[in-house]
Amino acid sequence: MTNKFDDKNKTLGDTLRSRGISRRSFLKFCAATASMMALPPAMIPKVAHALENAKRPSVIWLSFQECTGCTESLTRSHSATIENLIFDSISLDYHHTLQAASGHAAEAAREAAMEENHGNYILVVDGSIPMDNPGYSTIAGISNYDMLMDTAKGAAAIIAVGTCATYGGIPHAKPNPTGAVSVGDLIKDKPIINVPGCPPIPVVITGVVTHFLTFGTIPELDHIGRPKVFYGQSIHDRCYRRPFYDKGLFAETFDDEGAQKGWCLFKLGCKGPTTYNACATTKWNNGTSFPIEAGHPCIGCSEPDFWDGGGFYKALSMPTENITQTALYTAAGAAAVGVAAGALNRAKKNAATKAHPNTTIEDLEK
Amino acid sequence: MTEIDFLNWVRGPGFQIATIIFVAGVLIRIFEIILLGRKANLAEAKGSEMSSGLRTIVTRSVPQADSFKRSTFTIVTGYIFHIGLFVTIFLYAPHILLIKDIVGISWPALPTPVVDAFAVISIISLLAILIHRFSNKVLHYLTNFEDLLVWFVTIAPLVTGYIAFHRIGFTAPTLLGIHILSVEILMIVFPFTKLMHAFTLFMARWYNGAISGYRGVES
Repeated sequence: MTNKFDDKNKTLGDTLRSRGISRRSFLKFCAATASMMALPPAMIPKVAHALENAKRPSVIWLSFQECTGCTESLTRSHSATIENLIFDSISLDYHHTLQAASGHAAEAAREAAMEENHGNYILVVDGSIPMDNPGYSTIAGISNYDMLMDTAKGAAAIIAVGTCATYGGIPHAKPNPTGAVSVGDLIKDKPIINVPGCPPIPVVITGVVTHFLTFGTIPELDHIGRPKVFYGQSIHDRCYRRPFYDKGLFAETFDDEGAQKGWCLFKLGCKGPTTYNACATTKWNNGTSFPIEAGHPCIGCSEPDFWDGGGFYKALSMPTENITQTALYTAAGAAAVGVAAGALNRAKKNAATKAHPNTTIEDLEK
Repeated sequence: MTEIDFLNWVRGPGFQIATIIFVAGVLIRIFEIILLGRKANLAEAKGSEMSSGLRTIVTRSVPQADSFKRSTFTIVTGYIFHIGLFVTIFLYAPHILLIKDIVGISWPALPTPVVDAFAVISIISLLAILIHRFSNKVLHYLTNFEDLLVWFVTIAPLVTGYIAFHRIGFTAPTLLGIHILSVEILMIVFPFTKLMHAFTLFMARWYNGAISGYRGVES
């Protein structure tokens, strides 16, 4: 067994070798990662070199109002993938689901990591932060807000994982009973990488970490803080069912002829056209498939407020509110107003007719 | 406000506001017109008002030879963009879904590339109409702000819809949001401008026909 000191000084390359990862499969991983991040092939050796020699960075993972689905996504891959070995190879100093310690010991580990690596550790956050009442979600008696602000101070960068941490997610859905906000709503003075998804794709999480280890910088982000390499294209634009959309061939129900033939799921509520994520390209479960391939429309989980889009099975062209009711009530009201206005107009006309002086022959002869 | 917030707003409260103004505006105006009534005609009826009125609604859709000769351009481009509007609004699959969601009825859609072609043709004819409006001295003289506003709110949904479908420039939620917003602006402007002709046209034609029918003359 290695002692704590040795373990900290081991490079990622050392760790991977000790786990039995061959040089060949390591380089394959680097090539795949480089291509995923749209880097030229010449960068592969750089990625490999940087990863091999990277010291295990300290990572503090804070879980707030969340369901642990993001952690599950990362750790429950059906076989030990190289991605989760990379993830094993960072020094995960605090993660209250995965760590053995609990209570005061766990908090002590977090404080120690913060002190030892001040200014250099990566802070990963999943879950939203309740602002209505700090008591809605606490860890060791510390409110989520206090813990986030305190831990963020010494972080080199913050990775917000999952839609709850990035945009508020499900806790933020109407009527937002806890006053949930995202990490980006609270922290303005640190680089934040948003990795949304419910949950996010595991390789996207490791891809972001790899980028940080390789270049020491955060990847290029889009207008809502997502790495462009993974969130640069919509599901719709990369969807293998796209030709059916263009031809106007849609599945109307989940078991009709169109569904069996694999036609477009737009009419069944697919949010692919307005959702930016890498599902259609990297796919899930080690590249097996993604929701649309399994016959279910995209629910748009990597976009803000995806929970409030009027229902997962409502097509994008449909209104989110009950417009039939609005139109009927308005029509009833307008009919009444129209009749009243008509009656007023008639009264006015009759009054004008009455007030109009009749001209007689005598008048004309005057 | 994120782009998805914007999209959710135009699909939700925005669409509700537009519907209220559209439905209330159109209905109040129609009720006012109908309830205004006419003076009783004391002359003896020499024919049927109803049959002549209904016939005129249809016959006035066909331009008369001399007026067609006089304003060929206006009539042809007018027809093209009206047919194009009809196809893009009522025969495009996502629009039919919207109508089904509100009214409960639906019908088969045209293939998307066909609708796309109709949209392009409508846009071109509307542009031609604007150019004609300014190049023709008389039309130019008669043009007022309302004419330009009506032209703009009509072409805007066509252009934004085309851009949203082809995803040009901005991200998809923004493009779709702008398209829906442009339709909402059209709905709001509709009852207060000459766009009301979509409803009053039939009333006016019927009335013209009915007057002639009562007098026993051809309309």
